Amino acid sequence: MLELNKKAEQAKEKKAAIGPDIDLTSFTSEQVSHGYLEDLTQLPDEDRSRMIQSGVDASESGRSGTYIQMDTSVVHAHAKQEGLQVIPIKQALREFEWAREYYWKLVAVDADKYTAQAQLNLHDGYVIRALPGSKVIYPVQACLYIDKENLSQHVHNLIIAEEGAVLHVITGCATGPNLKRGLHVGISEFFVKKNATLSFTMIHNWAEEMMVRPRSVGVVEEGGLFLNNYICMRPVKSLQMYPTTHLVGKGAVSRFYSLLVGSPGSELDVGGRIFLKAEDTRAEIIARAISNGGRIISRGDLIGEVPGVKAHLECRGLMLKGGLIHAIPELRGTVDGVEMSHEAAVGKIAQDEILYLMSRGLSELEATSTIVRGFLSVDIPGLPPQLKAEIDRAVEMSEKELM
Amino acid sequence: MLRIEDLQVKIGDHEVLKHIDLEIKQGETHILFGPNGSGKTTLLMTVMGYPQYTVTAGNIFFKGEDITNLPLNERAKMGIGMSYQRPPTIHGLKTRQMVEICAREKIDVADLAGKVNFTDFLERDINAGFSGGEIKRSELLQLMAQDPDLLLFDEPESGVDLENIALIGNSISRLLQRDFHVDPEMTQKQKKLARTKMGLIITHTGFILDYVTADRGQVLYDGVMSCKSNPQEIFNCIKKMGYEECVRCSN
Ligand SMILES: Nc1ncnc2c1ncn2[C@@H]1O[C@H](COP(=O)(O)OP(=O)(O)OP(=O)(O)O)[C@@H](O)[C@H]1O
Ligand SMILES: [Mg+2]
Repeated sequence: MLELNKKAEQAKEKKAAIGPDIDLTSFTSEQVSHGYLEDLTQLPDEDRSRMIQSGVDASESGRSGTYIQMDTSVVHAHAKQEGLQVIPIKQALREFEWAREYYWKLVAVDADKYTAQAQLNLHDGYVIRALPGSKVIYPVQACLYIDKENLSQHVHNLIIAEEGAVLHVITGCATGPNLKRGLHVGISEFFVKKNATLSFTMIHNWAEEMMVRPRSVGVVEEGGLFLNNYICMRPVKSLQMYPTTHLVGKGAVSRFYSLLVGSPGSELDVGGRIFLKAEDTRAEIIARAISNGGRIISRGDLIGEVPGVKAHLECRGLMLKGGLIHAIPELRGTVDGVEMSHEAAVGKIAQDEILYLMSRGLSELEATSTIVRGFLSVDIPGLPPQLKAEIDRAVEMSEKELM
Repeated sequence: MLRIEDLQVKIGDHEVLKHIDLEIKQGETHILFGPNGSGKTTLLMTVMGYPQYTVTAGNIFFKGEDITNLPLNERAKMGIGMSYQRPPTIHGLKTRQMVEICAREKIDVADLAGKVNFTDFLERDINAGFSGGEIKRSELLQLMAQDPDLLLFDEPESGVDLENIALIGNSISRLLQRDFHVDPEMTQKQKKLARTKMGLIITHTGFILDYVTADRGQVLYDGVMSCKSNPQEIFNCIKKMGYEECVRCSN
């Protein structure tokens, strides 16, 4: 811990490699206490409905566990299933040696001022772990909620699928109905062990003046599968993230999907980077971006380091009502025999598609929204139906706002 | 009834249709012949209401209403539907969803698709990578779901293999209420009275004539409409003498 603190101290002022710099002193990061709730139905209705929009259902139907944090306090954490652990990270670090083994293992504590803050002033976060061989059928839900005006929330999450385990996580980040300004710093470290499957679906519903700086890195061992889905379709002031995954074991697979909407005043800089470091590994990054007057930078980076690996990157952008979409796809092969490709396209809705639908009886508005929905509907093989339903719901809601 | 009066249509600066008159009475089906580039698709797209086809003169009436300036979704609601030669692909929109859009109410999509041998395509994005013949079946399926009163077919049988051609021909015949031959009791007059659907079918091959009994054939030549007579006769004439001769003799 001392060593980590020392490194973090040194990186306190270090600007991030990309994205607009944030003045951390303009936020407060003091503890905001909320009482622990045994019974989630006691959550205020307003907060509950905001959480539901991010896929977190306080009734816990169709969920195998729940973690809810409001501002800096853990409000609820428990697992409903054998072989599954859902523990606040501060508690886990105190009580379990194994948790300390994973902490800051993949993300560098001195990467930038945000990672440094998460070490120096940690406001909890979750550890979700599926024990070896356990199949967690229903998704685990986690919500990081900000209610206090001008708070900078610093969380650290560990998500671990042990050997042969199957784990699905949906995590929603949301803000209270009246919140305007805030900062969210979230460190996430993903460990997908041998022959394990992890799907991680993150739905963000921020406020117009929110700044967001997630920092996440994953590692996938032999035969493992890591699905990483990111959905951000509501306004946010500035979001910058570049999640990275290392495929280190034979046959490891990782797929990233992101659905982004840039509303006026929003700036989203979202990337995905996958290193293919072992035999027979495969990677795919798929992004759909809609600019509704905001700015979106969609980055993708695939690095093939072993012969025979396969990777594909696809970014499609749709200009709906002005703004900017900047697709930056990158491929790097460091040896012979890698098979990597990318396709990027940015355009507006084709008039002939609108007319085709209108000739089947739809109004122009209905036709446009049908095309937008189609644009945002990507098939994600391996995703459980509950999570597909949550993504569909988020798309439907944002589509109503877009139209 | 569809009535077109002295219609002139431009695409950009290019005048494609000149003084077109056409009348399709309730229950009638007409066949439209004409060489490549003569303006057949243009005529159908104009009736459907595509805005890039500018009407510079004349009028289109449907069910007694002047629809010349009506947007295409309003025309669809009035009961006009079209099967396209080259429809666009819409990514992420499943064929099943497209058929549901056409139907506007809950229907058994799989059952309907079975009738045109298209069940296997329902979960594919509409028109994405469809072959020529598959597009025809997809378009027909959409019209079957929509069930409009005036059906505009742009070469519904070109590129369709021999196995599917009967399927398509018979389905079109049924949509146009031309399949009353199954009821031998009906007199010619009764059949005619029972029909409400109207059709306008473009064909090059004439195969469709083997399945659909049509009331009249016409030839569109260089943007001008000529030769109104029995479709089979016109087709035979075109086969024997070519379009130019055929148009000359009838004028
Ligand atoms: N978008 C366009 N811009 C310019 N000219 C066009 C356009 N669309 C059609 N045309 C022209 O209008 C004329 C009529 O075309 P149309 O498609 O109606 O012919 P067609 O009779 O259907 O031919 P085919 O038998 O080949 O399908 C052609 O000369 C064609 O090149
Ligand atoms: Mg044509």
